[in-house]
Amino acid sequence: MRLVYVIPLVVFATVAAAFGVGLTLKPNVVPSALIDKPVPEFTLAGLPGDGVESGKGFSSADLTGRVSIVNVFASWCFPCRVEHPLLMRLARNPKVRIFGLNYKDRPEDARAWLKELGNPYDRIGVDRDGRIAIDWGVYGVPETFIIDAEGRIRYKHVGPITPSDLDEIIVPIIERLSE
Amino acid sequence: MIAEIGHYALLLALALAIAQGTLPLWGAGRDDPKFMAVGSVAAVGQFAFLAIAFASLTYLYVVSDFSVENVAQNSHSAKPLLYKISGVWSNHEGSMVLWVLILALFGAMVALFGTNLPPGLRARVLAVQGWIGIAFLAFILFTSNPFLRLSPVPADGNGLNPLLQDPGLAFHPPFLYLGYVGFSVAFSFAIAALIEGRVDPAWARWVRPWTLAAWCALTLGIALGSWWAYYELGWGGFWFWDPVENSSFMPWLAGTALLHSAIVLERRDALKSWTILLAITTFVLSLIGTFLVRSGVLTSVHTFATDPARGLFILMILIVAAGGSLALFATRAPKLKAGGLFAPISREGALVLNNLLLVTACATVFLGTLYPLFLDALDLGKVSVGAPYFNATFIPIMTPLVMAMAVGPMLAWKRGDIKGVIGRLKFALGVGMIVTLGAWYAMGGQVLAAAGIGLAAWLVLGSLMEFAGRIKLFRIPFAASLSRLRHLPRSAFGMTIAHAALGIVVAGITASSAWQTEKILVMTKGDSVELAGYSFVFAGVEETEGPNYTVKRGTFEVTLDGRDVATLTAERRFYPVRNMTTTEAAIHTTWFADLYAVVGDADEKGGWTVRLYHNPLVPWIWVGAVLMALGGLVSLTDRRHRVGAPARARKTAARTKPPGGGARPATA
Amino acid sequence: MTRKRRRLYFVLFAMIGLGAATALVLSAIEDSLVFFYTPTDLAEKDIPKDRRLRIGGLVAENSVKRGADGVSVKFIVTDLTNTLPVTYKGILPDLFREGQGVVAEGKIDAGGVFRADAVLAKHDENYMPAEVADALKKSGQWKGAPAP
Repeated sequence: MRLVYVIPLVVFATVAAAFGVGLTLKPNVVPSALIDKPVPEFTLAGLPGDGVESGKGFSSADLTGRVSIVNVFASWCFPCRVEHPLLMRLARNPKVRIFGLNYKDRPEDARAWLKELGNPYDRIGVDRDGRIAIDWGVYGVPETFIIDAEGRIRYKHVGPITPSDLDEIIVPIIERLSE
Repeated sequence: MIAEIGHYALLLALALAIAQGTLPLWGAGRDDPKFMAVGSVAAVGQFAFLAIAFASLTYLYVVSDFSVENVAQNSHSAKPLLYKISGVWSNHEGSMVLWVLILALFGAMVALFGTNLPPGLRARVLAVQGWIGIAFLAFILFTSNPFLRLSPVPADGNGLNPLLQDPGLAFHPPFLYLGYVGFSVAFSFAIAALIEGRVDPAWARWVRPWTLAAWCALTLGIALGSWWAYYELGWGGFWFWDPVENSSFMPWLAGTALLHSAIVLERRDALKSWTILLAITTFVLSLIGTFLVRSGVLTSVHTFATDPARGLFILMILIVAAGGSLALFATRAPKLKAGGLFAPISREGALVLNNLLLVTACATVFLGTLYPLFLDALDLGKVSVGAPYFNATFIPIMTPLVMAMAVGPMLAWKRGDIKGVIGRLKFALGVGMIVTLGAWYAMGGQVLAAAGIGLAAWLVLGSLMEFAGRIKLFRIPFAASLSRLRHLPRSAFGMTIAHAALGIVVAGITASSAWQTEKILVMTKGDSVELAGYSFVFAGVEETEGPNYTVKRGTFEVTLDGRDVATLTAERRFYPVRNMTTTEAAIHTTWFADLYAVVGDADEKGGWTVRLYHNPLVPWIWVGAVLMALGGLVSLTDRRHRVGAPARARKTAARTKPPGGGARPATA
Repeated sequence: MTRKRRRLYFVLFAMIGLGAATALVLSAIEDSLVFFYTPTDLAEKDIPKDRRLRIGGLVAENSVKRGADGVSVKFIVTDLTNTLPVTYKGILPDLFREGQGVVAEGKIDAGGVFRADAVLAKHDENYMPAEVADALKKSGQWKGAPAP
């Protein structure tokens, strides 16, 4: 009969184990179908007055030759503001070029935003109606893609980058791809 | 400056919680009154500092200090004052501060009003409250600090999510937390009792008012949440068996069982380990609810834990609290002196049945809620468990419970006379059957739904008849009945109100689920449509501006047999700050039904998609729920539950005989 | 009745109750489990036709067509590898848009068309804090079954 009193503990241990495993799972509705595929074909107009390369945009051809990052952002997106300082930090890393995909945003808002927070991007492309983002399988902002020197998408990060994401995932991938 | 004061107050509260968690326990072990007394001082002090922290955060919200990240992220200078204040707890960090504030409030109340508890028990209860406080204060300070500064300071805030800008939702969380956190007192009492190795009727008497208070708050909290979902959403539904809803419903089910098993412990000195286990389970379920909602493990489809460290931290708290207390239970509970056995047909037998059914219901909800997580953890695929599962399991378990609810209170303690009780309930049985037949005839077809309405009538009537029996209404002169009424304990009133109210809720749920009528169609200005006998004429859509949104407002003129009934205006609001649209349903409430209208998109030809509902008896759900909570409150004012009473009660309880109870039902 | 015997009856009663509850749970959960698939899963795996399921993906550009009655809608869901035609009758969620994420619940008919009885779209293009998402979810706009 003593054992009866242990049952609740055993039940709880099972549940706690499931919680533990559940925490490690990264729920993802549609896993990116684009991983290890070449980036989609596109050309994006630039953001005049963004202060880099006189507002030149970028296209799929610009994403080859060296490791690059494509970061989808918008001025109306609060999580973007949260990850912004980390992008500024990443911008100091010489191994990677950062491209900004300005998603469904008004150019004047985007300019004001960059002026306020600083511009981490080597080039910015404006995707006013979100058409290009669809080809990238973008679900929302922010999202971040890592592209290798051959122009293949190697990693996709959904949501704002946290300091540990940057140090433990993104930077190591960049290091690995740059070798 | 204010943010730093708040942050500092949190740190001081943590220091006091540490003192509260350790010194009284040590004192209780050595029977040292000085150390035991530290508990009360620390509990009151902890509450004071948390009140300062909470007030600071509220102030930052009210003055829109966007240099604080939490404020910038969740508030906006153009927001109405009410939502600036409710914005404090409509985000993770702020709601955790409210959580610990309420925890400390309960701790301080035990310290201030529990002066008649044996000092050892009180010291241990406060110590356990202290540990819970330590855990959650550490959680806030290490992973969810609301007082962090933001640099550079944004010009304006991000705004509160429009869906949360609603009076119903502004007050939903405080009630919910009062319930969740209130159950921590029962938990602390249970742990203290296990440490002391003694559980007696006096213990049950002390635990019951705290449990009852928490239960009332949780009942109101759940009702508010369901009401909000009903009107804000535009689905016409009131309960979705969503993991978030379930995580508040499971503690409610377990807490309801606890309330009833504590009665048996109080009266018959039985069900000791069971009641202790329920007290632990109820609070653990509250913690699990907190974990599920905040860790993101179950909201899989569209969210992620913004910070996995948070989920891990709560899981650690959960493992320590639940694992520790259940391990303590496993070692200590077998040593508790077993209580007396009793006959199955008796009041206590009925209460055991109540407990078995409630706990089973709770277990099925638990299983359904966590099943997707279990499958996902074993990598067997992503699933969702739909409402059909919950309806198919929950309703068959609740039906016998509702049937028994009318019978149980009429049974005498120790040995009940089931035939006599059924005889006395003949009238209720007859009316229940007539109502069933009537509903079946009037609404056509659905036998089960008609039976549900009959069951509701049976419960309402049965509860009222039990009450009438207590005052011997119509069996003795009316004046004598009146005098009996005056001497009835408040708990008798409370029970009758709460039980009859559940009957009202059952009627509301059954009717609105079974006989809801719905029409989805495209209407252009001037069109009219019939629904449940009412005629809806669409008067078109006009566009206007709200304080921080633009509105498309559709109007319907509703008539019944040519008479004007109501003008319904349904809105679609667009909030540019968040790039979001919300739906405001138009609802016209009558005693017996709601008329409910929602406006959707426009088509190219000037038509609008509209959704119209006739929801019979749906207002009864919330009226019933509020009455249930009211019943609990009335019971709470009972002399026996009042402060000071336990001291006297203890003397009677010490003789281990169940206290007589002056005005028991005249059934025996 | 002796103490032992009473206890036996009690245990027996509890076992019967437990058995009944288990049977109830097993039969109910079998019918109401809804698995989640992407269009690629549907194209590659053999999925029984008469089961309720959830599908998720993006609403393809220029694929949304309204029926003559005004309330039925056809659109195509894509995960950028495969596509799936969907039909639905009713009011679409506030944030249902071409190019946006969507989750639909329903069944696949004989012609390979997904007949949805509930469509859930994402609410906000921001990745939002979990609490807000929870509230949204609770709000029901993220979910399938309208009412129990």
